[in-house]
Amino acid sequence: MSAIQATGTGTATEQTPRRRHLTDRVKAERRLAYMLIAPAVIVMVLVAIWPIINTFILSLQRADLRFPQNNQFIGFDNYGSVLSSPLWWADVAHTLIITVFSVSLELVLGMLVALAMHRVIFARGAVRAVALIPYGIITVVAAYSWRYAFELDSGWIPGLFGIKSDPLASTTGSYIAVIISEVWKTTPFMALLLLGGLALVPDELHEAAKVDGASTWQRFWKITIPLMKPAILVALLFRTLDAIRIYDTVVIFNNGAHNTETLSVLASNQLLNRLNLGLGSTVSVLLFVLVGIIAFLFIKVFGAGASPTGGD
Amino acid sequence: MESTFQKRLGWSGAVVLIALFALVPVIWIISLSLKDPTTIGDGNFFPTKFTTSNYSSIFKQSIFTDALRNSIGIALISTVIAVFIACFAAYAIARLDFPGKNVLLLASLAIAMFPPISLVGPLYNLWRNIGLYDTWPGLIIPYMTFALPLSIFVLSTFFREIPWELEQAAQVDGATPYQAFVKVIAPLAAPGIFTTGILVFMICWNDFVFASTLTSTNSAETVPAAIAAFPGASQFTEPIGTIAAAAVVVTIPVIIIVLVFQRRIVAGLTAGAVKG
Repeated sequence: MSAIQATGTGTATEQTPRRRHLTDRVKAERRLAYMLIAPAVIVMVLVAIWPIINTFILSLQRADLRFPQNNQFIGFDNYGSVLSSPLWWADVAHTLIITVFSVSLELVLGMLVALAMHRVIFARGAVRAVALIPYGIITVVAAYSWRYAFELDSGWIPGLFGIKSDPLASTTGSYIAVIISEVWKTTPFMALLLLGGLALVPDELHEAAKVDGASTWQRFWKITIPLMKPAILVALLFRTLDAIRIYDTVVIFNNGAHNTETLSVLASNQLLNRLNLGLGSTVSVLLFVLVGIIAFLFIKVFGAGASPTGGD
Repeated sequence: MESTFQKRLGWSGAVVLIALFALVPVIWIISLSLKDPTTIGDGNFFPTKFTTSNYSSIFKQSIFTDALRNSIGIALISTVIAVFIACFAAYAIARLDFPGKNVLLLASLAIAMFPPISLVGPLYNLWRNIGLYDTWPGLIIPYMTFALPLSIFVLSTFFREIPWELEQAAQVDGATPYQAFVKVIAPLAAPGIFTTGILVFMICWNDFVFASTLTSTNSAETVPAAIAAFPGASQFTEPIGTIAAAAVVVTIPVIIIVLVFQRRIVAGLTAGAVKG
């Protein structure tokens, strides 16, 4: 978890000065603080941390609900099995395809939506509300709407584009449909985060650049984008971490058929259908590691400066 | 003058396109729900033959009415508990100095990042052993837990912006830190708490991972899981009309929430994320 360490350093420095003489007031403050965080900590440890540790322990065991008598500790054998399996790497590829395409489309569309929401003078509230609607709609509902729109038997999309074969019966068609559904559902979230960054770009800079003869396009690339970099990185980070875990949309569309099975679907199949807790947990842990690596890359390599923890 | 007018026209065009993109799938699912069964496969965007039979049919099926009751109850209870617990933790994070604050924030962040599907295995086993499988608490407990990190982040951001001089003034006047919290700060914090509640409610209302794996019958199945399990007229026909009608029914409350509270939702979503 060292990836995230950098983001929280702001508060760490605040605690160092008075350590030697703890006054009663400081002690009382700490006691109150621990009392206040206790319920949240207890709940998170019992319902999240403990199962996370349990998942890790299960990933080191041969644990199959169908053959409980064969359960035993086998070290990292499960990791060897998973990492040498073509299925795992195929699903990594599927997940990355969906993530890369949907997040980049969302970034472009989200930026357009944010700029429009920022610029538009009339009916601001109405525009914002309409743009927010997809965010509020249940993912499962969004997926059904797009699935029935794409399906040859019921949809309006095949007719509109003159498609004669079922788009959802092909790999490409399934990916396009899943990605469009994801993009539709999550662009508002991206747009809102970008809008927050856009509000921080001072108008005076644009005015000054205008006086110097910079075009709208130049001002966008030389002023807006650099100043929005932290907001863009945070939005990309949030959405990438979310997209990597995609589950609902894929399950509703075709449950991973036509080579669209993602890592979360793989984990759930191992855990719940094949009842293989050992391998399923291994997939889960590896998925978490993947999420951690991506967060690390964003924070260290791209220097996502703004803290995803809410900042200090 | 002319160029600004053209620009304004351009942005208005963009706004119309955005609205279309946002609304088409919503209008489509409504139109699908109103299509007569004989025309459901005609591929027209708007119904040519109207019917409300899909709506009357879903409200006669206990799989849907029970799921609606479960969804509302489970989401409300999870939201109230999560926000209540998070308030205390967020206050401590925003206001008090204590060792381990960063550990708490990092652990919360790790939980928020953990793929929920990974916890389904251990929770499924545990819930079956202690009798929480397919019950309300069986969903409320994971929902409130996974709502906690977001609630803590958003609330502590809101709490930082409260004018804390008022709290000190109250303490100078002899109030304990606890009294200062309940009597002075809580009323000021109410809007932020309400906003957090809306976000958490929408997350619980939206969940499919836990709902589809930790429940199996009408006693705890929520709407997203129930819709996906709707029985068709035969094994090979999808109940498109009834799924669409059910989707519309669960979408309406969320659209109302979004329209009424859009300002708060925007504030809440940006509060946790973007800071200079």
